[in-house]
Amino acid sequence: MRVLKTMLRQPSALFGLIIVALVVLMALGAPLIAPYSPDNQMFDGLSIEGAPLPPSAQFLLGTDTLGRDLFSRLLFGARTSLVIGLVANGIAVAIGLLVGILSGYLRGAVGGLLMRFTDLMMAFPALLLAIVLAALLHPSLWIVAMVIALVNWVQVARIVYTETRGLVERDFILAERSLGAGHLRILFVHILPHLMPTAIVWGTLGIATTVLLEATLSFLGIGVQPPQPSWGNIIFESQSYFQAAPWLVFFPGAVILLTALSFNLVGDALRDILDPTQRGRG
Amino acid sequence: MALLIVRRLVQTALILLGVAAITFLLLYALPADPARMIAGRSATAQTVANIRRELGLDQPLLVQFWTYLQGILQGNLGRSYAQKTDVGALILARLPATLILMAAGIFVEVVLGLILGIIAALRRGGAIDRMVMMASFVGVSAPQFVVALLLLYVFAVTLGWFPMSGFGTAAHVVLPAATLGILGAGWYARMVRSAMIDVLNQDYVRTARAKGLSSARIVLRHALPNALLPIIAMIGIDIGQFMGGVVVVEAVYGWPGIGQLAWQAIQQVDIPIIMGVTLVSALAIVLGNLLADIIAPLIDPRIHAR
Repeated sequence: MRVLKTMLRQPSALFGLIIVALVVLMALGAPLIAPYSPDNQMFDGLSIEGAPLPPSAQFLLGTDTLGRDLFSRLLFGARTSLVIGLVANGIAVAIGLLVGILSGYLRGAVGGLLMRFTDLMMAFPALLLAIVLAALLHPSLWIVAMVIALVNWVQVARIVYTETRGLVERDFILAERSLGAGHLRILFVHILPHLMPTAIVWGTLGIATTVLLEATLSFLGIGVQPPQPSWGNIIFESQSYFQAAPWLVFFPGAVILLTALSFNLVGDALRDILDPTQRGRG
Repeated sequence: MALLIVRRLVQTALILLGVAAITFLLLYALPADPARMIAGRSATAQTVANIRRELGLDQPLLVQFWTYLQGILQGNLGRSYAQKTDVGALILARLPATLILMAAGIFVEVVLGLILGIIAALRRGGAIDRMVMMASFVGVSAPQFVVALLLLYVFAVTLGWFPMSGFGTAAHVVLPAATLGILGAGWYARMVRSAMIDVLNQDYVRTARAKGLSSARIVLRHALPNALLPIIAMIGIDIGQFMGGVVVVEAVYGWPGIGQLAWQAIQQVDIPIIMGVTLVSALAIVLGNLLADIIAPLIDPRIHAR
């Protein structure tokens, strides 16, 4: 509650919160709000020459190359983006937490090995890796989510590792240990709760990265496959037509930008509130 | 210093070895079959088996990896399945185009970032300051391919100032470099701003001001050199990021660099090329970080090389 109140007082965080709420509403209420079915290739959705129609009273944001209503497709695309954002990023944060906490807590060979592996993954060109994996596997919504999770956990692991190292040195852990608490109790009852702010912040910032990555993969044609609408594949499908129908790139692009921006703004505000020592840092 | 460089080079080699191993295992564990891809749809099982033997794909995975590693140690990245030529040569032929794009993109980022960052630091809390803070967020939130397509639409299709795609003249590089530069400039501006604010609050800057030096002189001669460090570190990191994302920009602008090479190879399951580009990108990431770490103590003697 305190967190929410603080956020409502910052204009940029408030803006982010409103857009995030709108996107969630779009995704949840898609069937109710959408004027047409997202897959309906309408007869009157194309001009006589067979070209997509610009925005009008009948089709709010125009139609795509197959005569489908762009507004309806964007609404349903919000579902795709949010599902991937939540699933992929949830998995990434979970892996990051696990690897980070284990490598920070376990000294010695296992911890060292885990951290070397994380360092190795930091040197991986993440986007290239995601593109290669997504292209060579048969693309689907779940594959895309897995691929994104696989490349996105590294940063979380790195930060959790540093924080865990700091926590392990603290007196209350030492006290707990001398009282005879086991490793599992120390890890899950005493260390994990202190990592929650980090998990929440990265869980939010990561959704922005994930939405962008999904859009990029789908734009290359190796992400979510049409006819299932995703903001990226709407642009992929209309790419060769964008000179004549720029709205087919502009509207989905704007939605992707606004969504990623909002999650970044909210995440940044959360970081300031939950972790004051990080305030103002990159 | 020399010891540091040697140690970091050994580390670099180990990291590259790890990257090679993981990429190799991933690529060969995936269901895509390069032999079938080369043979075409109508090939008989016999043809596919012959191709597989010819490429050494019938060997056990570890044997294949060992052969590959031996090749790398001799500077040989293998032969492309589809183009039947040396992967090293293919990458070298494409590398200049990518390096030009990278240099131009980073140039735009740094120049824009410096100008905006300095103004924001001097006019703290003002309109430009708030704009810079917002721009850094918009920059990391904007999908590269959308910005690329929009710049194409405005400046190539509508205004006709620049060519749609391709390579060769200075005009070709403007839009791709602008795409990279505009998106990245916000973060540079943010770094410059916070570094400048730190420096401007130092006593020696106040002394300089008290001596009656002009503010332009204070900024350029006294404050800026001390604020350069984070920028150099950032360029190092940027080089790595750029190599990872080069596929998208090169795809949109038809830029004949290694990103385009990789994209074609991915579609043809041409694994040696994919391996080669991944290794080159990983090398760029590691070298970029190394560069930042080596240059930092040269510029600021207070930082001791670790």
